[in-house]
Parts: sequence; structure tokens; C-alpha cells
Amino acid sequence: MTITFILDALITVIGITTPILLAATGELIVEKSGVINLGVEGMMLVGAIAGFAVTFETGNPWLGILIAMVSGAVAASIFGVMVLSLGANQVATGLALTIFGIGLSSLIGSNYVGIAIDPLDSPFPDTLALDTFWRIVFGHSPFVYFAVFLVLATGFFLNKTRAGLVLRAVGENDFSAHSIGYPVIRIRYLAIAFGGAAAGIAGADFSLVISPLWAEQMTAGRGWIALALVVFAGWRAGRLLAGSYFFGVLMALELYAKASGFAILPSQFWAAMPYLIAVIVLALLSSRDGKGGKAPACLGKPFIPNG
Amino acid sequence: MRLRLEKRLEPSRKMLILTPVLSVVAIMVLGIIIFDGLGYDGPQAVWELFFTPVLDVYKWRDVATKAAPLIIIALGLSLSNQAKIWNIGAEGQYIVGAIAAAGVAYSTQSVTGFWIIPLMVLAGMLAGAAYAAIPAVLRTRYGVSEVLSSLMLVYVSLQLLSYMITGPWKDPNGHNFPQTAQLTAAQILPHDLLGSGIPPGLLVALLAALIFYIIVSCTVFGFSIRAIGEAPHAARYGGFRSDRIIWATLMISGAMAGLAGVFELMQLSRLNLGYPSGYGFTAIIVSLLGRSHPIGVFIAGLVLAITYVGGQVAQTVVHVPNATAGLFQALLLFAILASDLLVRYRIRLSFKGDIAAKRSVA
Amino acid sequence: MTKFTRRDFVKTAAAASVLPLMGASANAAEPLKVAYIYIGPVGDYGWTWAHDKGRKELEAALGSAVKTSYVENVKEDASAIPVLRDLARQGNKLIFATSFGYMDQVLEVAKEFPDVKFEHCTGFKRADNVTTYNSRFHEGRAVTGTLAGKVSKSGVIGYLGSFKIPEVVMGVNAYTLAAQAINPKIETKLVMIDSWFDPAKETSATETLANLGCDVIATHTDSPAPLQFCQKKGIFGFGQGADMSKFAPKAQLSAIEDIWGPHYIARAKAMIDGSWKSEDFWDGIKEGSVKISPYNASVPKDAQDAANKVFEGYRAGTYDVFTGPIYDQAGTLRVKAGEKLGLGDLATIDWYVKGVQSA
Repeated sequence: MTITFILDALITVIGITTPILLAATGELIVEKSGVINLGVEGMMLVGAIAGFAVTFETGNPWLGILIAMVSGAVAASIFGVMVLSLGANQVATGLALTIFGIGLSSLIGSNYVGIAIDPLDSPFPDTLALDTFWRIVFGHSPFVYFAVFLVLATGFFLNKTRAGLVLRAVGENDFSAHSIGYPVIRIRYLAIAFGGAAAGIAGADFSLVISPLWAEQMTAGRGWIALALVVFAGWRAGRLLAGSYFFGVLMALELYAKASGFAILPSQFWAAMPYLIAVIVLALLSSRDGKGGKAPACLGKPFIPNG
Repeated sequence: MRLRLEKRLEPSRKMLILTPVLSVVAIMVLGIIIFDGLGYDGPQAVWELFFTPVLDVYKWRDVATKAAPLIIIALGLSLSNQAKIWNIGAEGQYIVGAIAAAGVAYSTQSVTGFWIIPLMVLAGMLAGAAYAAIPAVLRTRYGVSEVLSSLMLVYVSLQLLSYMITGPWKDPNGHNFPQTAQLTAAQILPHDLLGSGIPPGLLVALLAALIFYIIVSCTVFGFSIRAIGEAPHAARYGGFRSDRIIWATLMISGAMAGLAGVFELMQLSRLNLGYPSGYGFTAIIVSLLGRSHPIGVFIAGLVLAITYVGGQVAQTVVHVPNATAGLFQALLLFAILASDLLVRYRIRLSFKGDIAAKRSVA
Repeated sequence: MTKFTRRDFVKTAAAASVLPLMGASANAAEPLKVAYIYIGPVGDYGWTWAHDKGRKELEAALGSAVKTSYVENVKEDASAIPVLRDLARQGNKLIFATSFGYMDQVLEVAKEFPDVKFEHCTGFKRADNVTTYNSRFHEGRAVTGTLAGKVSKSGVIGYLGSFKIPEVVMGVNAYTLAAQAINPKIETKLVMIDSWFDPAKETSATETLANLGCDVIATHTDSPAPLQFCQKKGIFGFGQGADMSKFAPKAQLSAIEDIWGPHYIARAKAMIDGSWKSEDFWDGIKEGSVKISPYNASVPKDAQDAANKVFEGYRAGTYDVFTGPIYDQAGTLRVKAGEKLGLGDLATIDWYVKGVQSA
């Protein structure tokens, strides 16, 4: 096993990881504000078709990504109106959002089946990524760099800025936050829209880079993995970055083990691993950090201010 | 002038019944517009979606078949919902229940006896309950959110299913396809139980709804669930043990999901890759649409089953694409969930700001 | 629910079983109604898309003599039963169920509607009014395997599979044996992704195979994503189910096309002239059910010739890739020299030939 081989494998891992990292970063902000949105898969699909359709029609992938982001945020806002302004149950609304996203994307997408576009390449000149080592640094799609930037920026925002503190306060104790004058509902709206935008970009990663085409339900359940990832990371941005790459390594390991002829454990075991580990980590974190672990205290609870 | 929300002291009974009906009507109108806009026969599409399954006697069996697992699972969930315990993993418990029943079937292939079916049902319910016990342990021992742990376990159960049907329980006469052997006659309930014409699943759903109604409205247990859900701290002072309620509601909802899994296994007559069909997730919506009340759940299960069956009819008759039927279902869910607001709140137009509002409260 | 009595049930069931007969005798000039149920969306650009193309060919060929309809995204669970039943009740006389998982459901509904003919794709259970049909896709795999053997420089080729089912196993074996006929040292690395359709996983699995040295990769899953990756990476692959060259103009050496039209046309004609009977079809290159897309311009002449020879051999019935000696992975002789692996053995095959590296 050579260095080049490991570096090549690392490129696979990065490709697998990026969309779930993007979507999970968005969901992290949503959950930190005390809201749980189970509609990630639906928002990703809306982003995927929007990004693909706009890129195909205009030939401009950047515009495609922008519209994917906006569409994801708009889809998320439907959820926002439902749970924040109308007080609907978050779990049910999130599940309904997934059904909505699958239906809407399939309907729009029926005009875009069987169409090919050029994949979005690295933003850096080819001369910078000639050998494998430099490809690791410069050879990726813009999504890869953006995902890492976004999760780091999110970590900085949550831990080092005043606005981040307010967001966390809203998620930990909405009534106190409200009583000292923070606009709880408005902050949650923004968080939900951010989560949708990030999921939309993650969707565009599928339809513009990973497999530059549109096919119904092409995200194939990655939205649920993103939800698992937020739990696995214990609601912390740094761990989210590390955790997503850990998930990516696990998923790549399954493929490498099979292709190399190692059959130590059934493949289903590998596939179940990310979820099993998420549950175990959840238990470990909670037993270490006391009851409830690092989950935002108001997660999933409705907030309707009196008066 | 501004709009304001005002919490009702008691949920409005009138709105409780009126809002879902109005939502359905509103979505029908919207549906006619959308389908027409897309170039289909709008009125007919909506007719097929909502009315054909209700009016065509022949479709009742399909509605019943589809509604039964939804209602059975949702009844269990309605109990945990009332305690504000969110079991999102019913799909996993449903799958594990079916796996356990398939295990019984696997080991009783060459024998017959009246005891096989009860044993399958028991195994399914126990397995479902045991699978739900994992989030219960995590919640009561470590304070882990059951929303997340139960959801993660769904995906583990999918892999377990895949392993069992590709490995140990693969049908030896199945041409090496990933599926278990077909259930024998002694392992399937007759489609027409007791000559009632009602599919066995729906009969069980009906019975279960009755039992849950009694539990919820007539027993101390039912009362303590609501007490925990509505005011956990006060309930604790009143001597209710919240841990016990968490355990009980999760295990019961798991057992019900497992039970639905057993009946669905008998419907399909074997386990294969097509088995997990999302009933556990849809049931969450059913339990909430039914406002976690046994009768409401029963009706909501029927309504959702009608839209599924109607969606298929609309596809064959009006050639509406499958995606549109799904979109439509989502819009209906949004409308019903949103209109829930009117049950719990009054919307007031106030002209003089806070003074008027305060007066109306007093 | 009070009206839901047994009597109603018997009444409607009786009415339903009479309906098809009435339809048939009422007007002989009525078009034959043909229906399809699909596992995926018609827009999957793979399996379902190919069947729907066949449906359109049937409409084009028989014009006003047939009337077709379809239901897409029908799950392989108990909910397929009401869909099949509905189609039968709506007067469809010939119903095609196009996925393996509909097997038991088709047989159950077929019992209720003895006058409606059902055809189940890829299954193995038949009845008086249930026919099964399938394609010998592995013949196409033998052609693409020949190309892979010629084009591969590394001597390591890849195969991206879905599940370990006979169809995929015989595909891997045909591909590997054909490549070994060109270059005896060739090895096939196999990855099963436990899904028919997951573009992201298909892409990373293809990437994995490429990193392990495969320079030609065949796919047995449904999306063009693996080919798109091959294009990006500068290696080669094959289209699956349809000509996918527009997704990967450089990387697609050729493609195996599923052609269902001829079968659908023949069966509808048989219905119209009354010659339909329950059969088991397993058609291949000879019958026109499996086609090979035009070769990429980059395929060398000798490779084209070798592939053509296999294709023509199948067409003439003179060639079979499963001709012994064939050894399995452990080196055991499974098929003696000069003997052939029968179709019956192929239909249930669960072992890989020597040279396949699998987990």
C-alpha cells in the first residue's frame, strides 16, 4: 500500500463527506436554536433539482448554486412558518417537508431526466494539481472548500461571537431569552433558513459534482445521515468536521474492503456502523456531560410567547 | 389594527372537527387548480384522489389494508405523544417485529398448529418492544433524546433485515434472490377473518383503538401519561414516576409497531427488500393528525390511506405522475398541521392594542 | 364502516370477475388495453426507462389496436396488489409487472382474474395466465467483457454490482470469462453496493475500483454516475440498460441496451390473435432483446472485431461464454471442457469464476 494509494483513497473520502458535512452544518445551527428539522432530505432534493435546472438552462453553475441555496432556504421557510408562526409540531412538519421535497423535485425534475452537464471542476488552475499530493490540496470542487469553511465559520460564530451566544441562549432557554428581549422567533427563522440554504447547497453538490445529472431521489438518504452526524458530533462544530470525515472514512472503508476482497464482516454491518456509532456516542456524551448531554435544552419544543 | 393569538383555555371542540375538514376542502380546491395548471383534468384527478376510494366499494378493502398498519402503529405512538415522548423510530420497531415473526416462521416451516400465529404475533410485539427499550434505557439512564436515538436505530434495523434475507434466512428455493421462504398456510391469517369481510389487520386496529380509548380515558395509567406530558414537574409532586411512563409508553408503542410488522409480513407472505415501506414514519403523521386520540387516529389513518389509494387510482385513470400525488399529500399535511393553531388559539383582530386583549381574557 | 359487510364484498367481487368478460364480448373492435407497473420512476434513465421505451414502441407499432397505461413507483410490498387489481378491473387484458419483487403479488391477483393475462419480468413462478420473461443480459456482458479485455492495460478490470443475485453473478462471470478469453491473466474486482440506485455511492464505488487499479469498469446499477466518473478520471466504462454516451462521450466504450419493445409487441399481437399462452421467455442477442451500442471511436479495430465476433456468435447461436473449462474462485472445476453451463444452472448461480475478486 503506497502513499499515493492512501491519498487517492482520501480523495474518495472527501467526496463522500462533503455533502453530508454541508447539510449537517446547516442542521447544527437549526438545532442549536432549539428547533429540529427532519426535512433535510427534502430540502437537499429541492436544492439538487434547482441547482441542476438553473445550471443547465443558463450554463452558469455559480448561478445554479446560488438558486439551489435560495430554494433550500425557501423550502425551509415553509417549515419555519409552520412551526414558528403556526405552532405546528416540528417532527410531523419536518417529515411532511421531506415528502414535499421529494414530490416537488420529482415533478420539476421530470423535464430534466437524461440530460448531461459538465461537472463543476476545481476552482484552481490544473497546473496546481498535477500529482496526487497537490490534488488533495487543489483538486476538489468548490463545494469541498466551502463545506470546510462553513463548518469552521459556524464554530467561530457559535463560540466566539455575541450573535452566536444569543442563538445558543435561544436554544437553551427560549423563555428566558425572550424575557430579556431577544427576538426568539426571528432568530429561529434565520437559523431555519440557514439550515435550508446549507441543505440546498449540499443538494447541488450531488447534481453538479458527484453525479452531474438529475435523477429522482438522487440523494438516496444522505439527509438522514446528516441528522445522525449532528448527534454524533454532540452539537459542536469542531466535532462535526471530524465526525463527518470519520463517517466518510467508514463509508469508504466498506467499499475498499469489498473491492479488495476482505470479508471480515458482512457489508450490512459496515453500512449500519455510522448509526450504531452515533447512538453509542450519544450515550457516552450524555453520561459524561450529565443528563441530556450537549443537546440544546429546548430542542423540538414549541415556543409561543404569551401576548 | 393587528392580528393576535390568544390561547384558548380549552381546545375548541368545534375547531377540532372543523379545521381538518376545511383543510381537506381547501386542498381539494387547490388541487383542482394545480392539476389543471399542469395540464391534467383537475376536477377528475381530485375526484379520483379523494372520492373514488370512499365511494367505490371495491376500493374499501385496499383502503383498509393500507390503513390497518398505520392505525396500529399510530395508536401506540399516540400514547407516547401524550407523554411528550417522541418515538421517531417506529419504522425500526416495525421492521424488527417482522424479523422476529419471520424467525418464528423460519423455524416452524415443517409443522402446523394453531399456536404458530399467536407465537408470531407475540414474538413480533416483544421484539418491537425490546427495540424500543433501547431509546428508553438511553433516555432514562443517560437523558439521551429519544427522537435521535430511535431514528438512528431505524437504519440499523434496515441493515439487519438486509443481512437476514441475504444470509441466514435466504429462501433455499428462491433462486438465490434475497428473500425468505414464503409463509406456510399455518403462518398466515385468512384474509377474511370470522367471515366479516374486514381484513384481519383492520379488525385488530379497530379492537386496539377501543382498548386504547379505554386506557386513555378510564385508567389511572392513562391519566398519569397525560399528567407527565402536560406538567412533568407537577406530576412528579403528585407521585407519578416519569421514568416509568417513559418506559411504558416507548415499550407499548414499540410493541404496537411490531404487531403491525407481523400483520404486514402476513400480507406480503415473506420478507424481502421491498418490505420496509415507511409505515412507521407515516404513522407519526397519522398520530399527530389524529391529535393523539384513539378515535382521531383511526380517522386520520383512514384519511391517509384514502390519499394513498386515491393517488394510485389517479395515476391509472388520469395519468397524474406519482410525484404529484406525493406533493399533494404533503400539502394536505401542511394544511392540517397548520390549521391546528385554530384549535388551541383564537385569532383576534384587535383595534386598541393590549387593552382590548386583556379585557377579553378577563 | 357499518356497510362493510360480507355480502357487499361477494357482490362486488362477482361483478368484478364478470367485468372483463363483458368488455371482451361487447365490442371486438375495442383496443386491447395493456398496462405496466414500474418499480421506479419512468425518469430513472435506467431499468424503468427502458421498459417504458418498450411500452412506447408497442404503442407506435400497433397504433389504435392497443391502449397502454402505466403506474410508476409501485413498491414491492403488499401495496402492489391493489394496483394490479385496479388495472385488471379497469379492463386491462395484458398486464406487465416489471420487477422481481412483484412475483407473489402477481400470482395472487392472477388467481382473482383468470381472464386477464399477466407477464412478470425476471421472476420464476408461472400460472395458466402468468408468463415470465427476462433477457439474457449476460450475453451483452460477454461482448463488453471482450472489449474490456482488449482495452485494459493494467489487466485489472472492475465490476460495480447491486446485489448478489443470479442476474448480477452471471453478469460478473460472463464479463470476466470473456475478458480472460482475450487476456488469461485478467482479474475482475467486484463491489456490490447493496442498492440499484444511489448515484453518490455508485460514484465513490467506481472511484474505489479506479484507485485499486481498474482501468475499465462495468456497471450493474442503474444510473450513469459511474460513467461520468470514468470520464472525469480518464478511464473507461460501459453504459447500462441504455446508450449513455451523452453522459460520457469519451469514457463509454459501448453500452448494453435493454430492448423490451419486441417482446411487448409480440405478446400484444398474441393477445389479439388469441394465441397467448403461459410461457417462460429468456431472450437475448439472437431475439433482439439485448443490443450493443455503437463502439466508441477510440476502440481499436482488433477490439471491435473481437467484440463483433462474440456478438455474431450469439446471434448465430454458435458461441456461449459459459463453455468449459470453467473454474470457480477456489479453483474447483465447475464446468468440464467442452460442456456448457445450462440456462437452468445459470438462473440460480451463486458462485464466481476464477479471477473474480470479491468480498
